Amino acid sequence: MAVERSRSLLEGTDPATSAGYADHPPRVGFFTDTSVCIGCKACEVACKEWNQVPEDGLVLTGMSYDNTAGLGADTWRHVAFIEQPARLGHQVTGAASSKDGSRIRWLMSSDVCKHCTHAACLDVCPTGSLFRTELGTVVVQEDICNGCGYCVPACPYGVIDQRQGDGRAWKCTLCYDRLSVGAEPACAKACPTESIQFGPLEELRERADRRLSQLHHNGTSEARLYGRDPDDGVGGDGAFFLLLDQPEVYGLPPDPVVTTRDLPAMWARVAVAAVALAGTVTAVFARGGPRR
Amino acid sequence: MGTSFGRGGATTFQQDLQNSDCIVVQGSNMAECHPVGFQWVMEAKARGATLIHVDPRYTRTSALADLHVPLRAGTDIAFLGGIINYVIHNDRYFRDYVVAYTNGPTIISEDFQDTEDLDGVFSGLDEAERSYDLRTWQYEGTEVQAASGHRDQEYQDRTSRGGSDRSVRESGRGESHGSGGAAVASNPQRDETMRHPRCAFQILKRHFARYTPETVEQICGVPQDLFDQVCRTLADNSNRERTSAFVYSVGWTQHTTGAQYIRTAAILQLLLGNIGRPGGGILALRGHASIQGSTDIPTLFNLLPGYIPMPHAHQDEDLDSFVEASSTDKGYWGEMKSYTVSLLKAWWGPAATEANDFCFDYLPRLTGSHSTYDTVMAQLDGTCQGYILAGENPAVGSANARMQRLGMANLEWLIVRDFSLIESATWWKDGPEIETGELRTEDIGTEVFFFPAAAHTEKNGSFTNTQRMLQWHHAACEPAGDARSDLWFYYHLGRIIREKMAGSTDEMDRPVLDLVWDYPTEASLAEPSAQAVLAEINGWDAEGRPLSSYEQLEEDGSTACGCWIYCGVLADGVNQAARRKPSGQQNWVANEWGWAWPANRRILYNRASADRHGRPWSERKALVWWDEEASRWTGHDIADFSSSKSPWYRPPAGATAAEALSGEDPFVMQADGKGWLFVPAGLTDGPLPTHYEPQDSAFSNLLYTQQRNPVRQVFARRHNRYHPDPGQPGHQVFPYVITTYRLTEHHTAGGMSRWLPYLSELQPEMFCEVSPELAAERHLEHLGWATIVTARAAIEARVLVTERMAPLRIQGRVLHQIGLPYHWGPNGYTTGDAANELTSISLDPNVHIQEAKALTGDIRPGRRPRGRARNALVEGYVRRAGIADDTGTEVRGGR
Repeated sequence: MAVERSRSLLEGTDPATSAGYADHPPRVGFFTDTSVCIGCKACEVACKEWNQVPEDGLVLTGMSYDNTAGLGADTWRHVAFIEQPARLGHQVTGAASSKDGSRIRWLMSSDVCKHCTHAACLDVCPTGSLFRTELGTVVVQEDICNGCGYCVPACPYGVIDQRQGDGRAWKCTLCYDRLSVGAEPACAKACPTESIQFGPLEELRERADRRLSQLHHNGTSEARLYGRDPDDGVGGDGAFFLLLDQPEVYGLPPDPVVTTRDLPAMWARVAVAAVALAGTVTAVFARGGPRR
Repeated sequence: MGTSFGRGGATTFQQDLQNSDCIVVQGSNMAECHPVGFQWVMEAKARGATLIHVDPRYTRTSALADLHVPLRAGTDIAFLGGIINYVIHNDRYFRDYVVAYTNGPTIISEDFQDTEDLDGVFSGLDEAERSYDLRTWQYEGTEVQAASGHRDQEYQDRTSRGGSDRSVRESGRGESHGSGGAAVASNPQRDETMRHPRCAFQILKRHFARYTPETVEQICGVPQDLFDQVCRTLADNSNRERTSAFVYSVGWTQHTTGAQYIRTAAILQLLLGNIGRPGGGILALRGHASIQGSTDIPTLFNLLPGYIPMPHAHQDEDLDSFVEASSTDKGYWGEMKSYTVSLLKAWWGPAATEANDFCFDYLPRLTGSHSTYDTVMAQLDGTCQGYILAGENPAVGSANARMQRLGMANLEWLIVRDFSLIESATWWKDGPEIETGELRTEDIGTEVFFFPAAAHTEKNGSFTNTQRMLQWHHAACEPAGDARSDLWFYYHLGRIIREKMAGSTDEMDRPVLDLVWDYPTEASLAEPSAQAVLAEINGWDAEGRPLSSYEQLEEDGSTACGCWIYCGVLADGVNQAARRKPSGQQNWVANEWGWAWPANRRILYNRASADRHGRPWSERKALVWWDEEASRWTGHDIADFSSSKSPWYRPPAGATAAEALSGEDPFVMQADGKGWLFVPAGLTDGPLPTHYEPQDSAFSNLLYTQQRNPVRQVFARRHNRYHPDPGQPGHQVFPYVITTYRLTEHHTAGGMSRWLPYLSELQPEMFCEVSPELAAERHLEHLGWATIVTARAAIEARVLVTERMAPLRIQGRVLHQIGLPYHWGPNGYTTGDAANELTSISLDPNVHIQEAKALTGDIRPGRRPRGRARNALVEGYVRRAGIADDTGTEVRGGR
């Protein structure tokens, strides 16, 4: 059993196949290119409209134009706004050319569930509410979720969350319902600048690589891809990003690791321990069997 | 735009921005306010274009720009004038284009005197009347009738009837240049070497010679190295092979010199040869859906459909004298009688006959300016007694919100049609004046009616958007409850009024009773057919067949057409506005998506994309060209030119209207077929733009002793006090510059967004944006409260301290600017004080738009006082500043 579990958790880069879909369409995902995000938040609104996610409070946070604060049960797309005293590529601003040399750049980035290749939330879900779709995405089913909340600490990105007063876990479904009828997810559909791109993951990765080299060529050396690498701690993200600064600046973990990574090893050790224990017991009984 | 090019609409469309090599967004926060169209700016960037954003604030547009140039609010003419000076001084203009297609070579009357000669004013200023006499601005030896703008100005001279009439000038025909320019009696004299000292080009050169980089730095606060970078980038990307585009919106229009802001850009784009070419042009971004439509088929007091001017109450005026005074001899306005008669036939049908001048007398007449702000004054004076607000929230969205409410409090009746109970519908019970005790509900005599309105998803109809394009939308469902469409409201209102008038023998009722008012109604709500209205707008011939082009319109009454520029939208009986051919199945111009006026042309004046001989200036920038073999114009877009008129066509002597334009006159709506560097007629405040300071300014005018636009419209009233001039005692009471603006998350005065939870949570509170330096100076805390004060009012807002608001160094001192979004008001799901409490009513004299983008004020920590103390605070400021009712209302001087 431990061996079988291990395969489903960590081996393979094709999660749909690993999940048992013998014949399935190509894995899909998001490539969010933050270098063209204009911070319009159309993705946030489109997501809430389509998925009927409730409004969750009127709070002026003071974090630039970000009054959403972060992903949660009631926010499945979140646009971060980061004002920095730094220079963006070759950008020239009035302040930057003035004598005091101050600089300003304003980074915007639309965050979303990463739909990990190795998804811990799914591994720990006891009810099967969280499941891997044939498209390689991770979806939570509200009619099955029992609100145990195991998935919440399991997510290395802090994405999935329990809704207050409801208790069930909610997150981005990558608009599974829309995909099933051939439509693209609501956020990608609403994005005016193609900052959010939806499509087969392989294609998106190629596109992202081209965009990255274009930006590097144009002098935006700080551009980098995040979650694109299938060898990272979660086996690569189904939703990955082009960032213009360290991931931490955007509130993203720099080196995420699937929290259930050590489970197989633990199970293996448990097995070894169990065998050892059984052996010991057997030995004890064998050696010290009842004497007559 | 109308006076410069002949039509008052964007010369291009958003998708064409992808072809630009350089895009200057100025007076616009396109990424925030037009995010969908901004995708084409991003597309241009991806293709290597340079994006320049010139704006007082570092916004979401700036964040994506290659170059962000912060400048002092209200100084754009100085900035653009500096570029004009650079372009001329360094020979960076597109000479072949300027000589062939502009009035640069045209000789101007020797009576003309420039601001350089008269210390900041042009010849012809009548100080007592606060207006200009335009006669000295004319072309030498001719009289040009402005195709748009103030066409009736020279009425007396042309018709030899009646005396000078100030009310004609006041009636503000600025918008009537929406489609068509002014008239020339004969061919003006031109010097194609452009060396004649009185040719428009030389006058222009002298006029802007003092707009040096040093001057720009001193006025605008733009460092010289940065300014130089803008000039070079723009000039490097404007030539045969490359084109640059300008994008503006209300950041340019909302000033006392607003029309001249746009004029400055028009001059620059003509000099650079960027008009009529792919990737070039000036894109006027309209504030919301169908604002272009609301000037095409106007909600403006001074226009009839298709930019035909509203007749003025001249003595004994009849159709022929109206046409004579308003039409141009050359250009398409020469057919104005056909357009006007067809309009009258569309409205009064069989009742309109040649014998009764086609019911021309039924049209209302102007007696002066009846702009929205003049209407408020009329309300306060008791002469305007009823008011219908449809999708308008002046208690939040119009300048000097208190005066708006006080005006409404003086009405007999008020109708508000909106989605929810906006502030303009409830001020009588919970407005700010109730709280301060200025008004008591029981004393207000205004009877207020609220009618819930249907949303666009609940009705059929068309939008005419920024790019002059009509797009049809279909109702997805019927409106809920009592909500009804505007069409329903006005149709049934008219029906009921006509029923009440039925049988009347009063002559006054005839115009209403004779109207053709027979639109079929549909479904359970008796909704009038929008398609039937479109059919009337498109027009029909004597047999009732739909027309396909305005060239078919006749002046004998055999055709009817509700808006001549829309003629053809129903060509072949097909709703062309409903076309939805995907972009992948046609070229980038996409002529088969929707329908654009004029005649479905997408880039205006595109004859100018080819040289004099009809060949594209370059292969890279080819758009339309002359096909010698086929003897016609062809290309990617539909030619904005007579399709068979050869480049070598020269008009025979005595030709009139379109026939009088030659094969190398691309500005077909202009009297002389040229783009106007110099505007001899059509503008009330000068043939050339001049930098004047805003009404409320922190600085003296560096160029002249003339501080402000001498003919700006000001209203000396107790509730509309202006700030003291710089240099006068008390001026320091209002030391900061304030600018107002929109956010992506909300819509204008908030009626469509502050009631929606999903939008409200994204921008949940009214705030002000200040720099860390200003915060330190005034002890403002991030997320704390601040009170902002002008001579009009005091409001409160949460404080956002941000590096994006950079202080500017101007004339040796540091200037702080305060940013205020204007979406909020006391009603709705998210509430706050309205920024427009602070603004004054001071208007551009051409188009009567308020100066809301540049004013001055003070800021202090903490919340504003409540109740009577709120007004007491403002009165304290007014006293300390030494303000009287007439402060800042002078014509001359003021520095």
